[in-house]
Amino acid sequence: MYKIAKENLAALFQLIAGSRELYLPVKVSGQVNFRAWSEDAEVDLDTLKTVKSPKDAFFPQSEDLYTCRKDGKKLTVEPEALKEQDFVVFGMKACDVKGVEVLDKVFLADPVDSFYAARREHGTIVAMACHEPEETCFCKVFGADCAEPVADVAVWMTGEELYWKSLTEKGDALTKSAESLLAEADAEDEKKVEEEKASIRGIVEKLPYSNLSLEGWNGEALNEKFNSELWEELYKPCLACGTCTFVCPTCQCYDIKDYDTGHGIKRYRCWDSCMYSDFTMMAHGNNRTSQMQRFRQRFMHKLVYFPANNDGMYSCVGCGRCVEKCPASLNIVKVIKSFQNQGGDK
Amino acid sequence: MQELINRAKELLADGTVARVLGWKAGDLPYNPEPAYFEKEEDFENFVYNGFCGANLSKYMIEASKLEGKTLVCLKPCDTYSFNQLIKEHRVDREKAYIIGVGCKGKLDIEKIKGMGIKGIESISGAEITDGADTLTIQTLYGEKTCSYADAMLERCHVCKGKEHKIYDELIGESKETKDAERFDSVAAIEAMSPEEKFAFFQKELSKCIRCNACRNVCPACSCRKCVFDSNKFDSSQKANVDSFEEKMFHIIRAFHVAGRCTDCGECSRVCPQGIPLHLFNRKFIKDINEFYGEYQAGEDTDSRGPLTDFTFDDVEPGIVAERG
Repeated sequence: MYKIAKENLAALFQLIAGSRELYLPVKVSGQVNFRAWSEDAEVDLDTLKTVKSPKDAFFPQSEDLYTCRKDGKKLTVEPEALKEQDFVVFGMKACDVKGVEVLDKVFLADPVDSFYAARREHGTIVAMACHEPEETCFCKVFGADCAEPVADVAVWMTGEELYWKSLTEKGDALTKSAESLLAEADAEDEKKVEEEKASIRGIVEKLPYSNLSLEGWNGEALNEKFNSELWEELYKPCLACGTCTFVCPTCQCYDIKDYDTGHGIKRYRCWDSCMYSDFTMMAHGNNRTSQMQRFRQRFMHKLVYFPANNDGMYSCVGCGRCVEKCPASLNIVKVIKSFQNQGGDK
Repeated sequence: MQELINRAKELLADGTVARVLGWKAGDLPYNPEPAYFEKEEDFENFVYNGFCGANLSKYMIEASKLEGKTLVCLKPCDTYSFNQLIKEHRVDREKAYIIGVGCKGKLDIEKIKGMGIKGIESISGAEITDGADTLTIQTLYGEKTCSYADAMLERCHVCKGKEHKIYDELIGESKETKDAERFDSVAAIEAMSPEEKFAFFQKELSKCIRCNACRNVCPACSCRKCVFDSNKFDSSQKANVDSFEEKMFHIIRAFHVAGRCTDCGECSRVCPQGIPLHLFNRKFIKDINEFYGEYQAGEDTDSRGPLTDFTFDDVEPGIVAERG
């Protein structure tokens, strides 16, 4: 394990950014999101959750796929280049890292998504333990340990130091490139990190959502959950906006669209939201015609369909961003609890 | 709150209304959700406190299509939206039984968290009956306090007043919360140079994630299908790209609601990225006031709106050029 004084972090970021692209939590107009590092960026590692999850680093909200150009009778198709530059995402949390695991299941399964795969190949994740978890967090429910994130590098911030532990080859390479600023940690430091982990785990036990039960949510529950009368009641306050899906670290649905540039076509993809009326629109129309059906889709996907297709893995990681941001104060926790209260089989 | 619950139950029991539209307690101290109550036992979870910021007028568009009357709880500012929706024939007055509920200013959990208060377990002082000016917040990291006023939504600091503009009956007292001038924030931007204005809005709007929460919560955005949801719209309207948010989406939306926006502040309340979207609408309101005389959308249900009317006193279009 290594360590670096917090006051030297700016130098560390500058050093990393010298050889790689660096994305980390940056505050702009009061809001913290993952952005590219720059010398005048206001880096904020104290805010627990960025508004959007860091999934943009691997699966950007909008990206071009290819451009078609017509010149006389000549048609050219130019695909966008795949990511070739190494980059680092610094400050992801255990839940965010687990979110990437979920995305891997989707994009790295056959047929492999080459854009995503290239970013995964070139990206190094430095994950940070959650110094002070908050009441909207429930990563424990989905098996994440925010006291000890598992990524290329794990870091802990406590007191005046940041502790740094490489866990993979990519992590070793990053550590090597930053070693001029990292000092070897001693037994005393190891003890401090252990204390920090214990303190974090102690808080997690006290969080209101930590004991949320997922009983009854699995791939086999399809008909029972799908046909429940509860959805009809639960969806009602939903405004049909896309906030929950766009702040979510695991929502992976996207739309592919063509943009008429006037002398050709630009094909791009952008995140879609199951809350939107044109979600999965097909030539025959839309197979989900009501907001109740669209609302139900989101939770069925995360808690039933996804585990059915991925060996029981849920596609929620308990980051709690939807809990914080839904304009109508709806969220996955309320949905899970409502089924519990109704015995789950209504 | 008990008086409100009792009265709602009474009106439900005697058949005056078929359902009640209010707020249901959340599972955290600050996240009540808009909800319908149809049976006596549903009211166990009924809540009305400082965190009930949602403007229920918007929900009345759909509720107007239901069988029977809906009892709706409206705060003073919500009633402006309801009036405006009547004027636009989007809600049915006959389908609504309006209880004007008292308001002492609504709270913004983002502001509370912005003060560094986290790990919230309970909050006292947010009840509508509390006379307290201070919120006492129990957290996993110790007890914190903050003043009620500091935790209020921006819109409450420039409150349009305690008076309900439309109601069937009133329950509860309201409190004057205004401590700032509504158009000061607009004037501050007007005083900027064009470059500064551009930089300001670019910085704010580049945070936009195109979630449409501002549009979907907006009572003035009541189109059955929004132009931006059209799959025939030959543009990159669905992509989250700066060029679109900064130059098109929010500007077009502000133009579309101009003259109809009551300044209810819901757009800014729900924005997950804290963009002060109300500034656009408020600029339009300020300009309308200056060009056509003082006008407040939603003040009544039948006057003609300044932008849908013509009088010989109207300002000439050239004013824009003259004004620079």
